Amino acid sequence: MGTNLTIGKAINAGLRAAMEHDPKVLMMGEDVGRLGGVFRVTDGLYKDFGADRVIDTPLAESGIVGTAIGMAMRGYRPVVEIQFDGFFFPAANQTFTQLAKMRRRSAGKLAMPVVMRIPYGGGIGAVEHHSESPEAYFQHTAGLRVVTVANPEDAYWMIQQAIRSDDPVIFLEPKRRYYEKTEVDTEASIHEVTPLGSARVARPGTDCTLLAYGPMVKTALQAAEADTDHSIEVIDVRSLSPVDYPTITASVKRTGRLVVAHEATLTGGPGAEIAARVTEECFYHLESPVIRVAAFDTPYPQSRLEEHYLPDLDRVLDGVDRAFAY
Amino acid sequence: MRRVDSEAITLQRQGELGLWVSLLGQEAAQIGSGRALRDRDMAFPSYREHGVAWCRGIQPKELLSMFRGASNGGWDPHEHGFHLYTIVIGSQALHATGYAMGVQRDGAVGEDGTAVISYFGDGATSQGDTNEAFNFASVNNAPVVFFCQNNQWAISEPLERQSRVPIYRRAAGFGFPGVRVDGNDVLACLAVTRAALDNARTGNGPTLVEAFTYRMGAHTTNDDPTRYRDKAELDEWKAKDPILRVRRYLEANGLADEAFFTAVDEESDRVGETVRTQCRSMPDPEPLDIFHEVYAEPNVHIDQQRAEFADYLSSFEGAGAEGGR
Repeated sequence: MGTNLTIGKAINAGLRAAMEHDPKVLMMGEDVGRLGGVFRVTDGLYKDFGADRVIDTPLAESGIVGTAIGMAMRGYRPVVEIQFDGFFFPAANQTFTQLAKMRRRSAGKLAMPVVMRIPYGGGIGAVEHHSESPEAYFQHTAGLRVVTVANPEDAYWMIQQAIRSDDPVIFLEPKRRYYEKTEVDTEASIHEVTPLGSARVARPGTDCTLLAYGPMVKTALQAAEADTDHSIEVIDVRSLSPVDYPTITASVKRTGRLVVAHEATLTGGPGAEIAARVTEECFYHLESPVIRVAAFDTPYPQSRLEEHYLPDLDRVLDGVDRAFAY
Repeated sequence: MRRVDSEAITLQRQGELGLWVSLLGQEAAQIGSGRALRDRDMAFPSYREHGVAWCRGIQPKELLSMFRGASNGGWDPHEHGFHLYTIVIGSQALHATGYAMGVQRDGAVGEDGTAVISYFGDGATSQGDTNEAFNFASVNNAPVVFFCQNNQWAISEPLERQSRVPIYRRAAGFGFPGVRVDGNDVLACLAVTRAALDNARTGNGPTLVEAFTYRMGAHTTNDDPTRYRDKAELDEWKAKDPILRVRRYLEANGLADEAFFTAVDEESDRVGETVRTQCRSMPDPEPLDIFHEVYAEPNVHIDQQRAEFADYLSSFEGAGAEGGR
């Protein structure tokens, strides 16, 4: 049984299901209450669950994450909304020095079931600090889980899985894809859907593996369709920490080629880590070096330039061509 | 606690501790406020709150193990109502506020309610997190007490480098009461903190308590205060030593006799001996402890690295004292 939902509405429905399932689940953030969030992802929750569970906070990101840590210590499961990717940074101290380390510092006595929802990525013609892809910072931080969704089905289930996790989860929402709509099976069991840490083969193929996540999955699928010369396998990475390497390496061992595409900047980006790991594990199967297609190592440009900055269909295909040039 | 403190400094000098953070001079502020807490209350310390830890039933060896590098603080925060030490200045003020917001949602505010206290120093009042905590606590009317030990020095920076106004007056701008108490008077600290906690637990919101005291020792065992402050200032505060003061009070009012003080000294000797023995016999953690409790759920990266490191370590077995390849 399915319902047609956009990614934004699917997250909203997932949040609602989580709040109904567990009274300890809370929403916190700027404008998440009456307004329902600037992207309306928490729409209707304030009305139905009240101000005690859907908390409009003062405009202070460190304060939001810091108080969420205290709430978690008291037994709550806060779902924090950071309004835009670029506004995460005031909360960096609480996230990196406190949230991520609390379990280990307490030798397991304190759990931190905090979900940090962050709309991320570019492509919406926004002003500065509204189009960034900060996932590498999170991936580099021990103690955090980092996941991102590319379709409504995953959006609905992964937000619920993230909320049930006893670890802090950075939940990255591809803001330019919020309005993508497909059918979601809301009747499935949370225990039977794909686990939170798994990658997913989004399109099978035999000649080259193309890795993407979040907003780039759609671009990768379009590229695979457009390349009529090769059979491209597209993998939606889904989880950036931990990364599901068995799924990735099994694919690369079959295809012999790997292209990784992301909106994050090239140097030290998730693609670099994946390339290193795949090179270690698949060295004798590789027909070409691992190719990365990423944003340039510059600050995110003015929005009139973003179509050149973001890896698009053609740049992904250019990356695929480079892999086949060997 | 003063004896534990002096033993710990000595142990650091002997190489048994990596660092020690002395509380010398702040005993009244800590014991007075710590004794005001009820069992169900929750305290969020900075890293100098050894006296409060004592009040919450934390054994000195747990504190020493952290400064020895054998643990990150081994106690259970829930069991003791005392969170782990927080090193990044001011961060814990927000944790206390969030915890207090949870207390509100549990319906645990009222006559027999739960109160939360956050400890920090004068330097922390400059941090954004402390000020955000004041604001979050105020708009939510959270049951939290902000207990600032103004010990006059943030390492080498005197109070005038942190604030143009007395610290307790900051509270007014956030919309809750601020009060200054003589931080070297243990009974005053007890009374003021108890009143503030009762205000919080009964739903009357936060209070900022500024305990006006003095750091008689160095910031830590790595610090040399002779580089930045005058001996005359220290001597002036030594005359207001909080332990000397309570002793004089007890003597003058006939509340304790010589036998009592002798018994206290003997107990201190016993505690000191215990602390020395426990510290020196404390085992190092096992190497594979590095991988423990990073995540609640199984993590393939951590599991793989642990297995590889365990293999690597076992490759040295039988290699003898020389080790290597």
